[in-house]
Amino acid sequence: MVKERQGERCRLYTRGTILGYKRSKSNQYPNTSLVQIENVNTKDEVSWYQGKKMAYVYKAKVKKNGSHYRCIWGKVTRPHGNTGIVRAKFKSNLPPKSMGSRVRVFMYPSNI
Amino acid sequence: MAPQQRKPHVCRNPDLIRGVGKYSRSKMYHKRGLWAIKAKNGGAFPKHEKKVADAAPAVKPPKFYPADDVKKPLVNKRKARPTKLRASITPGTVLIILAGRFKGKRVVFLKQLTSGLLLVTGPFKINGVPLRRVNQSYVIATSTKVDISGVDAQKFDDKYFGKKVEKKKTKSEGEFFEAEKEEKNTLPQDKKDDQKSVDAALIKSIESVPDLKSYLGARFSLKAGMKPHELVF
Repeated sequence: MVKERQGERCRLYTRGTILGYKRSKSNQYPNTSLVQIENVNTKDEVSWYQGKKMAYVYKAKVKKNGSHYRCIWGKVTRPHGNTGIVRAKFKSNLPPKSMGSRVRVFMYPSNI
Repeated sequence: MAPQQRKPHVCRNPDLIRGVGKYSRSKMYHKRGLWAIKAKNGGAFPKHEKKVADAAPAVKPPKFYPADDVKKPLVNKRKARPTKLRASITPGTVLIILAGRFKGKRVVFLKQLTSGLLLVTGPFKINGVPLRRVNQSYVIATSTKVDISGVDAQKFDDKYFGKKVEKKKTKSEGEFFEAEKEEKNTLPQDKKDDQKSVDAALIKSIESVPDLKSYLGARFSLKAGMKPHELVF
């Protein structure tokens, strides 16, 4: 991430919160995570986001590829329940420390 | 008979219930009327002679039979086509690029290349986006259109944007240790001229629309409270 341009913020993603893994009362299935996307509150609104790519961005002590920032890519797979929660699958399962933290939901692959 | 509009054939023997027809065998024979055709033809069903097939050319038995059966690959009749262009993307549409170096930039669509990628230009003077290829999935089409009739995009194709193939030079001992980087990072002048010629006509039609120039110069960004699933582009 080279900081060439100063200022001009350009957010092309929607914020989301990682709620946890897909689970029943006493069993959890870490290959699918549940994500709460900001301002999405019903099952019908989720259909716009289906298939969109997401990234969980985190920092680490060791520099990889010249950066302290790392990312796990994933995508929105399907709605979860009736109130806008979404199921997501990531390239590798999200670590448990990600629960409650931010995920970026991008607007691509776009269909508009 | 010459092929005519055929009416779909109605069943001659309707079912009373499944498995039981209304008419008996003899009644059906009478209904079909083959007896009438036979009677017309003097007692036998009219036949026409078989066409004499040409004798197949004599084939010599092959000298060599392969030991194992050779499998033939399956037929593949698929044709490679460029990705289907969304109805909202027409030449002259303003697109918003969603990812990459120019994310958020509003850009004018010129045409779709044979590889399926979209050819797009800033114009360069307005927002710094050169003639570039972009994938359809990483783009949002807005409803704003620019008049593109003065632009000639015929000469641009995927090869124009491909990587230049460098000739391999044989290295001698001395040259091996010297710096190998030549100054090949500057853009060739003819590409700059292509950009100028494409943009000249475009900029004229852009300046004729009020505010369009500053619109194209500005970046798109999501702000607080914006819901992408409710936005109309």
